[in-house]
Amino acid sequence: MSIFVSKDTRVLVQGITGNEGSFHARQCLAYGTRIVAGVTPGKGGQKMDEVPVFNTVQEAVKATGATASLIFVPPAFGADAIMEAADAGVKLIVTITEGIPILDMVKVKKFLAPRSCRLIGPNCPGIITPDECKIGIMPGIIHKKGHIGVVSRSGTLTYEVVDQLTKNGMGQSTCIGIGGDPVNGTHFIDVLKAFQEDDETQGIVMVGEIGGSAEEDAAAYIKAHLTKPVVGFIAGLTAPPGRRMGHAGAIISGSGGTAAAKIAAFRENGIHVCENLGRIGRICKDVFSG
Amino acid sequence: MKIHEYQAKELFRAYHIPVPEGRAAFSAEEAKEIASGLGGFPVVVKAQIHAGGRGKGGGVKLAFSMDEVEALSKSILGMTLVTHQTGPQGRLVKKLLIEAGQKIKKELYLSLLVDRATASVVIMASRDGGMNIEEVAEKTPERIIKVHVDPLMGIQGYQLRQVGFGLALPPAAMKAFSGLLSNLYAFFMAHDCSLVEINPLILTADDRVLALDAKVDFDSNALYRHKDLLALRDLDEEDPQEIEASKYSLNYINLDGNVGNIVNGAGLAMATMDIIKNAGASPANFMDVGGGASSEQVENAFRIILADDKVKAILINIFGGILRCDVFARGVVEAARKTGVNIPVVVRMEGTNVDEGKKILKDAGLNLISALDIADAAEKIAAAVR
Repeated sequence: MSIFVSKDTRVLVQGITGNEGSFHARQCLAYGTRIVAGVTPGKGGQKMDEVPVFNTVQEAVKATGATASLIFVPPAFGADAIMEAADAGVKLIVTITEGIPILDMVKVKKFLAPRSCRLIGPNCPGIITPDECKIGIMPGIIHKKGHIGVVSRSGTLTYEVVDQLTKNGMGQSTCIGIGGDPVNGTHFIDVLKAFQEDDETQGIVMVGEIGGSAEEDAAAYIKAHLTKPVVGFIAGLTAPPGRRMGHAGAIISGSGGTAAAKIAAFRENGIHVCENLGRIGRICKDVFSG
Repeated sequence: MKIHEYQAKELFRAYHIPVPEGRAAFSAEEAKEIASGLGGFPVVVKAQIHAGGRGKGGGVKLAFSMDEVEALSKSILGMTLVTHQTGPQGRLVKKLLIEAGQKIKKELYLSLLVDRATASVVIMASRDGGMNIEEVAEKTPERIIKVHVDPLMGIQGYQLRQVGFGLALPPAAMKAFSGLLSNLYAFFMAHDCSLVEINPLILTADDRVLALDAKVDFDSNALYRHKDLLALRDLDEEDPQEIEASKYSLNYINLDGNVGNIVNGAGLAMATMDIIKNAGASPANFMDVGGGASSEQVENAFRIILADDKVKAILINIFGGILRCDVFARGVVEAARKTGVNIPVVVRMEGTNVDEGKKILKDAGLNLISALDIADAAEKIAAAVR
């Protein structure tokens, strides 16, 4: 088992004919992901390599039975693409697009609330279950099948963590980037709950950063509901207040959202804190083999 | 994107959100001209910078005569205003807002912002205006009114009443306040704001409500659909190096340490800054070249950091995913050829096409220090600046 995706997941790609969309669709196909359809309005009937392209998500779902979507459209069309996928009955919507206006996402969240679908992202690297299914832009080669679940707000920082896990002999059950935006779909707690319930996952690495209070909320949840060991890392101890550190959501506003407060919350709730990224692989080895 | 108080108030006027009469002045002469049109004293002379705490820093003064308007304008224009938000270096004042003074009965607090946890626009209000709202929230949370607005429904009448009665406004002011708040919400949504804060919102002696201050922040990601707002950007309020970096879509923030760093991805960039500090050195910047940077972007990133005098060494930390290591290496080589590198550069690369990237750097004959992994890189960079 793994969470949210497996080798049977049938995926469509929104924005498949664009530069990024076609590049990553090919990477996912090469990894073994079942990319069954693409969607680009106005290019229905064409093919991207062997993948049929449709004008609408509704047509693509009807023709191919896709249950997951991977979104690469430009930020101005991001909200619309997510709603289109949800309306067509797609169950898992992975949105890579960075720069979707926050009020668009506020409306999207309300739109999704009564529908039974899961949004991952936006502004995220996606989700991967090693050797089975990659729906995202992460380099597949650094991953290895195993028993550690990884959840993170970041992209390349997650690759660094995964790389160290793999090099220290620890494979992964599923790795999820939930995205660096202030308003996103899937939260830490959703993923933690799924990892706890997943038989394959034996330990969890949680990678947070400055801004908001999602890490604090997750820490309290972990203490109350998780029995599996968790290693936590927070980026941004040296970040100045009031400045947006690349990610739209990575900002210390007033006295809220500091790395110090998040690390303190981790400690108080029994999470193993890694303070030095260079050592996270070894710390995980100690914690998860102990 | 932040704007000045005087700009925010002009936008407010167009939305029928009451503000004191007044205008921006760029000289003492202009200040006097505006003051003479306000029909009396006192007149308020307010420094316009993108930072709070202006009053405490001496940037907001009352003038009771035309001579005082002139004297105060002359002293504030050109002063370096230091507040808790400017940092010790302060901010040079280049513009003023000249306004009619008000008879204040009560100072209130009102703001709208996007609440991350509930993914909705939240209205925050308090009877304790003019104070630091964070302190109020911490010490007397019961004195904060919070109302969440459904973005698909918009603000409702009962919500306006919740806030208005919560602020204990007199009945005579209730209707005007409802109009103000309703218009403020419309303004917030129409302009893709990420924050609108009025502190204080005042109740005047004759029971009018008025935005005495105005702080507005727009969602930068939404500016593409508000081209008119771009004209409100004030480059004087930004760091010149950061302006240069933004031309190439580089996420760059100038800090005060001495180790320059170039990283791909915001999270890894923050973690790299932390690891520099952890090793006993101090980051000179935050620089995220992005997930899919081109050679040209990398070259510009390198050039901007090399131009920074306080930088004594550079740490390059790249985890190639979308950004391939060979593309990155070409950018570094190009920049080094054009600018010349006379400080130590530690390079740590991993991921897509890493061998090719390393080969490009090696063949270029640049004097680079290569690191095995992130821990090794931290040690080497700390040693380089020691």
